[in-house]
Parts: sequence; C-alpha cells; structure tokens
Amino acid sequence: MKRIVTATVINQSGVLNRITGLMTKRQFNIESITVGHTETEGVSKMTFVVNVDGDGKIEQLIKQLNKQIDVLKVSDITDQAIVVRELALIKVISNAQIRSEISGIIEPFRASIIDVSRESITVQVTGDSEKIEAIIDLLRPYGIKEMVRTGITAFPRGSQKSVTDIKQYSILN
Amino acid sequence: MRAKAKPEAEAVTAEMTGAEVLIHSLKKENVEVLFGYPGGAVLPIYDALYRSPIKHILSKHEQGSIHAAEGYARVSGKPGVVIATSGPGATNLVTGITDAMMDSLPLVIFTGQVASTVIGTDAFQEADIMGITAPITKHNYQVRDVQDLPRIIKEAFHIATTGRPGPVLVDIPKDVANKTISPDYDSTIHLPGYQPTFSPNILQIKKLADAVGQAKKPVILAGAGILHANAGKELLTFTEKHKIPVVNTLLGLGSYPGQHPLFLGMGGMHGTYTANMALYECDLLISIGARFDDRLTGNLAHFAKNAVVAHIDVDPAEIGKNVPTQIPIVSDAREALRKLVDVDSETPDTEDWRNQLTENSKNYPLWKKTNTDEFLPQQVVELVHEYTKGDAIITTDVGQHQMWAAQYYAFTDANRWVTSGGLGTMGFGFPAAVGAQLAFPDQTVVALTGDGGFQMTLQELSTLQELNLPVKVVIMNNHTLGMVRQWQEAFYEERYSHSLLPVQPDFVKLGEAYGIKSYKVETQEEARVVFEEAFSHRDPVLIDCRVSGKENVYPMIAPGKGLHQMIGVKP
Ligand SMILES: Cc1ncc(C[n+]2csc(CCOP(=O)(O)OP(=O)(O)O)c2C)c(N)n1
Ligand SMILES: [Mg+2]
Repeated sequence: MKRIVTATVINQSGVLNRITGLMTKRQFNIESITVGHTETEGVSKMTFVVNVDGDGKIEQLIKQLNKQIDVLKVSDITDQAIVVRELALIKVISNAQIRSEISGIIEPFRASIIDVSRESITVQVTGDSEKIEAIIDLLRPYGIKEMVRTGITAFPRGSQKSVTDIKQYSILN
Repeated sequence: MRAKAKPEAEAVTAEMTGAEVLIHSLKKENVEVLFGYPGGAVLPIYDALYRSPIKHILSKHEQGSIHAAEGYARVSGKPGVVIATSGPGATNLVTGITDAMMDSLPLVIFTGQVASTVIGTDAFQEADIMGITAPITKHNYQVRDVQDLPRIIKEAFHIATTGRPGPVLVDIPKDVANKTISPDYDSTIHLPGYQPTFSPNILQIKKLADAVGQAKKPVILAGAGILHANAGKELLTFTEKHKIPVVNTLLGLGSYPGQHPLFLGMGGMHGTYTANMALYECDLLISIGARFDDRLTGNLAHFAKNAVVAHIDVDPAEIGKNVPTQIPIVSDAREALRKLVDVDSETPDTEDWRNQLTENSKNYPLWKKTNTDEFLPQQVVELVHEYTKGDAIITTDVGQHQMWAAQYYAFTDANRWVTSGGLGTMGFGFPAAVGAQLAFPDQTVVALTGDGGFQMTLQELSTLQELNLPVKVVIMNNHTLGMVRQWQEAFYEERYSHSLLPVQPDFVKLGEAYGIKSYKVETQEEARVVFEEAFSHRDPVLIDCRVSGKENVYPMIAPGKGLHQMIGVKP
C-alpha cells in the first residue's frame, strides 16, 4: 500500500543521506521524495511516498526515521485530511494549429503554458497525483517529448474535523 | 624527551587550537584512555596529545584500537574513545564501528579528515567517512567550524552513552584542528530530535504485572540491555519475587547468576534444550533488553507462538520489529524492573512449570564426549573456569570456541563476558581483551580465541609486550575454521572447502617473538600444569591448546528450524 510520510528534520549536511540510506538498508520502496525549507529557519520538511506491505512495515519505517538524531518529527499522514500537491512540467509536441486545441484541454486543470517554441509547448500543472495523471493521459496522444514531476509535498489541513480513523503508531496502543 | 613541551593549556579562556580544544574536552568528559593510531590528518591532534596526561594506547592496526575500545566499554560501562587518521585509518575502523553498532556499545570515534579546502577533490588520504559510516553509527558529525567543537564533543558523548548506546563518529578536518580560537566550553547540548525515553508508562507496567499474575508458564528473556542499564539486581529481585525462570541471550550472559535455580541457560542456536523449550512453550514471554535476533529465535513461525509477548526496550524501534508484541514497554530496563517490583501484583503459581523445566535440565544437560583421551575444546573452557575460579573477564573471538565459552563458563557476574554477538566479528576477541585489561588492570582477563580468528588481529601481541598487560591468550587450536567446518559437515556433505588449517605458524615461537611467555599443551594434564603457572602471575601469557579438531557445537538449531527442533540434544 502507498503511504505518505512526512519528516521534519534539522537541516544538517548528511541528513538526507542518512534517511535515504536507512530506507535502502531496510528495503523500503520510495516512490518519491521532496525536501524543502519550512517556516522555521534551519528546519526542513521531507515528504515521502513509500510503498509498503503491512502496518508492521510502516511502523518500522516511522520508528527508524524517528531514531535519527536530526529527525524532529515523523508522521504518516495518509489517512488524515491533507493538502497534497505535486508539480509537473510537460513538453508536448505541437505546432501552431493544435496549440489552441491543447489550451482547451488543459484549461479545466488550471494548468498553464509556460514556454512555446516552433514544435513544442511546455505545460505546467500542479495538483494531486491523480490530477496530474489525468492531464498526462490527455496530452499523451499529442506526443510528450519530455516530462518532469517533483513528487508530492503535503501537510494536514487546518481542520481535521472530517477525519474519523487516524492511524496511530504509538507504541502505547 | 618532552623537550619544548608547552605547559598544558589550563586557562579555559586562553587561545587554543582545535586539537587542544579536543584534548581539553576529552578531559572534561573524564576520558582516561584513548585507543588510536596516528597519521597525517591527525598530526595536530597527536601534537596536542604529546602534552596531555591522557593515556594513549598505540595499537598495531586501527581495527585493534577499535576492538580494544569496545572491550573497554563493554566491561567498564564507560565510552571507549578512538582516534584514527583520515582515509585508510578511518576505513580500518569500519568493522569495529559496525560491531559496536550491532552490539550497542558506547564509542566516541575521532577521525582526521583532509583540510576543508580540499574535501571533495579526492585529496591524498581522503575518504568520505561521513557517507561510509552513516549507516553504522548512531550519529556522526563533521566539524566545519572549530567553534562548534566543544558542543559537538559534548553531544557525541551524550548520544553515545544515553538511550540505547552506540558509536558516534566525529570527523575533524586538519585545518579545523589547527585553527586557533578562544573556545566556549559552556555551549550546551542542543538535540531537540533526541530525547530517549527513560521511564516506563505505568499503565503498561500494570498491564504486564497483570499478565504475570495470570501466567502459568512465564519466562524472561534477559539481554544485554540489563547490563547496559545495570539492572541485574532488580532482575534478580523481580524473578525471585514471582519465581519466573530466566533465559539469557548470548550477549546477556552474566546479567543473571549462572548457578541460580531459576536460570535456564542461554537460548538460541546453541542454547540449552531447557532454555529453548521454555521459549517455545511459555505462555508469557517477557523480553528485557534483547532484540530477538534470528540466532536467538530460530524460525519465527515457531517462536513463542502460544505466548503473550511483553517487550521492555529503551529503543522503541526494536519493539515489534521481529516478534508481534502485545505489551510494549519503552524504558530503561532498571527503571521498568523497579516499577514492576513495586507495583501490586499477584504471584503466579509456576511450580509445575518449573518442575517441568528442571526435569528438562536433568534429562537434557549440555553434554560432551566422555570415554575419550582426546583433549576436548570444552575442557579448555572448564579448565579456564577452574583456574580463574569463575571470576575472570572472558573475551572471545567468533566460532565454535565462542559458543563453548558461552555454554561452559557459567558467568555469575555482570560485565565479565565480552563477545561479538550481532556482527560475529572474527578478530574481535584478542584486542577486546587488551581494552578490558586496561579498564581493570588488576583483574584476570582471558582472551579465548580460535586459531583462525587469532590470526586476524594477532599483531596486538606487540601491545601486550609494550604495556606488559597480563592478558592470558588461550588459543583453542583445532586446526580448522571450526564453525565453518561444522556447517560443511552438517549441510555440505563434508566438503571442507577452505576450512582446514593444517599449516599454521608456530604459535609458541610467535608469542616468544613478541617477548611473551608461550606454551603449547596437548593434553588436559599438560594444560593443568601450564594453567596453574599462567594464572599465578601478572605477566602476559600465550597458550596454544591443541584440541580435537572434530568436535561440533551441540545442541544446535539448524537454519530455518524452530526452537523445538534442536539436534544433538543427547550424545
Ligand atoms: C571477519 C570474519 N570473517 C569470516 C567469518 C565467518 N566465520 C565464522 S566462524 C569462522 C571460523 C572461525 O575459526 P576459528 O577462529 O579457528 O574458531 P573455531 O570455530 O575453530 O573455534 C568463520 C570463518 C567471520 N565470522 N568473521
Ligand atoms: Mg579453529
């Protein structure tokens, strides 16, 4: 199963290496990682998407991450109310004739064209992973020359009212 | 000799080099002995050491330094401190660092590094020791700014010795060691991401106490966590209060009196029948400071499958890692045991259970060949026990002799057993004895080693000679890589591929070359004569014990089998 895990870390050199290293050592399958600064200076947040089988495995991952000295907090936010965003840049083959056709396709996604050349345009889109998959599917028939995705970043919504079943990996269950 | 030595920098506010700050900080941490080896990148540190009263033990290989530091830490409970130069000096430490990580030994390791200006250029003797040691240290630091050094050293010692102990490495570029500053020793530790739990949750303690009250077949699995937490007395009180039998892990030996009626022996691959059957049949398993290593559990499908499992460990990540746990307790072992003793709880009726276990012990004791003239390896351990009155610090290497030492020495006290458990590092035993002897100069320290493993780190004989350390090196010489040979006999139809050692150095001459009294013994009688002499004085000794090469360690659980499927339980 796919889980979204965030880790708040002290921005030390080597911290990324330690974390990815432990994931490799313990055979966790990372689908994506994003890292960036937070509101606190010297503190970064990582968002991982990992593929694990079973609660035991994700519990191990969280505990192992927590054990790292530079890790301040780890949460599995998969089952919380969260905002999730990913950014994708998609370079699509297109000439002048079909450019407006593509504009029409991407409009409902609130994506934008950020670069135009004679034989291609570059579309920028942000959203959750499904939305990005959807726009990619629609653009594929035109020919995708190049594509990059950032991987998701996420955090809990301001209000968690709608959530009933938040997974806790407290050892005091 | 000490010409031109500057008076020691005492005034804390004075200008100092990074190297001097390091030495000063080590004094503040009450470090008495350093295990190290010099080289280019640590020349500034060694220069500062030249003027320092801290004892430095020059090994003959950095692996010797770090295993000695491990031995020192294991018996003293204090952190072992190691210094090595950049590049090859640092990479020579890797096996020892991994060993310390696996067996939770507190070490603080200082490595030199090439100057910051050339890091990343593949400079002479540059190695990415931060990258190399990230997965094998509890934490590591590279000092970028010399002003951070006092704080980093404080943090390194704090991290190494608290919570679940482990190795911490501090990498110091040469220019950082040379730089002059006015150090600030008052800078405090700041580790917001590191707050190990010390005291148990009292509700969980009550839950466990209730489970104890209801158990019919309880057993305690006591690991090295008992030793790290200095909880032997509390364990004894708790088990005697409720009459709960105790099994030790390999590393936990000595945490419970070996002759106690509630003691069942060591569990695991070469554990006693009684211990393993107790783990197999119990209805309540309380694991304290043990991590359910596969060599202990055997096939997990058969492990304690009818038991409620309670696990007390200071490292939450160990709980539930290998064995599903119904009563998790994150705590220091001593704190948890104290609370368990204090809390109101019923004492279970374990009489039938204990009778059953006693019956097992009677019917299936450890056994060795009888009616033979051969000099058996087990007899060497028994003789060492006899001539040291069971009171020596025993270090071992890895292999058959290690298992026989664990089975036959009958440890009664804590911190007198030094062995490489998690990593199973050949070459560990002899240098570890050097470190143990330095921690306790007046005690008898015996290095029980194999003829194979001894040859991996025997260069430390030179260290014995130099310091006249009274370590007694007992080589259990079976002319084979015995444990490998045993597996080839059992699982590879006796194809002894590269496990026989018919050609060997003359160990007696070898010892003598290092100025050490050395003996060869081929029978029990000869051994008695030599042991009598060897254990009567305070000089180093090497004894080459020529034992039978065909013995196997029994009983045994074959790989993939459960604890109840032991072989070789009877002659
Ligand atoms: C560094 C290292 N290399 C290889 C092994 C694999 N190994 C485990 S036991 C053993 C044989 C040890 O032989 P010896 O030291 O003579 O001890 P014995 O088993 O004969 O008592 C070997 C090769 C190891 N544990 N460590
Ligand atoms: Mg051997």
